[in-house]
Amino acid sequence: MSNEVEKTAAAAGTKPLLEVSHLKKYFKVGNKRTLKAVDDVSFNIMPGETLGVVGESGCGKTTCGRTCVGMYDPTDGTVLYNGKNIHELKGAEKKAFTKEVQIIFQDPYASLNPRMTVAEIIGEGMDVHGLYTGKQERQERIGQLLRMVGLNQEHANRFIHEFSGGQRQRIGIARALAVEPRFILCDEPLSALDVSIQAQVANLLIRFQKELGLTYMFIAHDLAMVKHISDRVAVMYLGSVVELATSAEIYSNPLHPYTEALMSAIPIADPDIEDSRQRIMLEGEVTSPIDVPPGCKFQSRCPRAKECCRKDAPELKEVSPGHFVACHFAGK
Amino acid sequence: MAEEKVMTPQVEEEAVEIGKNWKANPHKWTGDPNQPLLEVKNLRVSYHTYAGEVQSVRGVNFDVKHGEILAVIGESGCGKSVTARTIMSLIRHPGVVKEGSQILFEGKDVLSMSKKELSQYRGGDCGMIFQDALVALDPTMRVGKQIMENLRIHSKMTKKEAKEEAIRLLDVVGIPNAETRFRQYPFEFSGGMRQRAMIAMAVACQPKLVIADEPTTALDVTIQAQIMELLKRLRDEDGTSIILITHDFGVVAGFADKIVVMYAGQIVERGSRKEIFYNPQHPYTWALLGAVPRLDWENKQMLRTIRGTPPDLVAPPKGCPFARRCELCMNVCLEEMPPVKEFPGEGPENHGHSAMCWLYADDAPAEVREKAEALRVKGGEGHE
Repeated sequence: MSNEVEKTAAAAGTKPLLEVSHLKKYFKVGNKRTLKAVDDVSFNIMPGETLGVVGESGCGKTTCGRTCVGMYDPTDGTVLYNGKNIHELKGAEKKAFTKEVQIIFQDPYASLNPRMTVAEIIGEGMDVHGLYTGKQERQERIGQLLRMVGLNQEHANRFIHEFSGGQRQRIGIARALAVEPRFILCDEPLSALDVSIQAQVANLLIRFQKELGLTYMFIAHDLAMVKHISDRVAVMYLGSVVELATSAEIYSNPLHPYTEALMSAIPIADPDIEDSRQRIMLEGEVTSPIDVPPGCKFQSRCPRAKECCRKDAPELKEVSPGHFVACHFAGK
Repeated sequence: MAEEKVMTPQVEEEAVEIGKNWKANPHKWTGDPNQPLLEVKNLRVSYHTYAGEVQSVRGVNFDVKHGEILAVIGESGCGKSVTARTIMSLIRHPGVVKEGSQILFEGKDVLSMSKKELSQYRGGDCGMIFQDALVALDPTMRVGKQIMENLRIHSKMTKKEAKEEAIRLLDVVGIPNAETRFRQYPFEFSGGMRQRAMIAMAVACQPKLVIADEPTTALDVTIQAQIMELLKRLRDEDGTSIILITHDFGVVAGFADKIVVMYAGQIVERGSRKEIFYNPQHPYTWALLGAVPRLDWENKQMLRTIRGTPPDLVAPPKGCPFARRCELCMNVCLEEMPPVKEFPGEGPENHGHSAMCWLYADDAPAEVREKAEALRVKGGEGHE
């Protein structure tokens, strides 16, 4: 799928929508120690593509996403959106960027203002960017957005506390779509929702991508859902991307030992498969991202770790077309 | 093996093998395995709120045999956690266990136990693992002391014995540097470790039954796999019965012996693991199975959704609770509670499969049955 996207993009001469190169985001945590939340991450996102980002909690996926849309200033490295460095945008360009890039947040309870009505929440972005000509059009547009996400006009004058979690997340999506964005950062949009509601929201996201040609960066820890929604998947561990490939490839042929362990830990809703499969048990938990020692970050939990892993950090290398792995032993 | 030697402790401690120092349970059940350990009969629980009486659990029946793992599956608000809490007799005002409800543990009614009996039952015969370990653990008490407390009360150990035992337990559940950890507070533990500490606490007195209420929901998949492995080992080696409460079909698939599917305070389908996954009968079970993407499905296909939202349990609907969200809804579904239909499975382990649905009534119209065949999901298959 993504190969097709890339091919068609290359044929049409289009460039990646988002180019992230050597992005670093460090936080100072006192005692002169630094937390390397994002440590030298590079990837591209093509127009119309979904890049999934997975990893355990604390691996820096949210920080990475937020730095990519300009919510944080990077410590080092660049993020190019349509060829322009987003952290150096000013004035009208910055405003245009905020219109094109939107975020759907994880917690629909915390990310929507409880003192605003649904119409105010959805309309706010349209007000800022002047996307309507009169009150009538604004109202129509809000009604249209609500219908798009499966709610209706009557909900416009209600407050957030009157809605269930799934409905709130739909309002969050309507809010993001209101300014006609091209790129949406979805930061764990499904994890707060129930199974049947998750499916409803996932279907909405897939449908809008097809209909509106949106580009997503989809951050989640639900690996099955990420595979389902994404064209390509990046696996993060302690602030670094350890593997990046198409979603089919990464699930059928994981090359990094961490990815392998992650894939084998996903529970599958099929007793026969569950009974027969061999789990690769990772021992211990994610090590602290503060003052990580040199070498491969995964060495302390890696079953394959050798002497060289303690000295040199492996770089992200392309081992087969479109499949990048950061491991000394990948493919060996 | 040679490769393991180069593993060096890094920022954190070296990983500890789970289950090291495992001690066999002296109370292991050696009698008839078919004898039920726990029987829940016609359980009804309500909460009195300003909005009215919320009927959280509306007539639930099931039993758990010795050494059996029962999974209770359902979405939030379906009454699964309330059921678990009632089994531990933890329902407090404004919650009320309705008259006529019975919970028999080894033949003894938990709901009419005296305070003294209850204190032996809770933590002694029956341990509980809660979803949110940070809330369930006492933040002002050292973790070791919390485990010791249980041992001191139930196993009548001396302080020294209890301390040794607590350290052994921390070791068993895979917490590295157990002696240091013993003296730490819950906030110093990571999420996965807190959950392990809670498991250590729950199994400290070698209970006959462990209730695990969404034990891995807040955890990452790799940690989830470790915790589930630990629980499974508890059953396999000690013969402890486990009630696992979850909303995740994946977790259940490799773990449970029997599954009950709950919806709006009632059990809509029950059966062995294989029957529920490969031969599900209730439309709600189909919908749940179809709503979770599987790794072997094609990307970006539409997932099956369930329209609408669960019913309001202040005024539960008259007929089938699922009727208003069901694509096969008939008139009778809105009026009368559906009958329970038994499905004889193959082999003795697949006995007891039943679903509560009008679809299997003798006079169900042929067209609805045809439509049902099209909707039917069998585990292990894609759809649409």
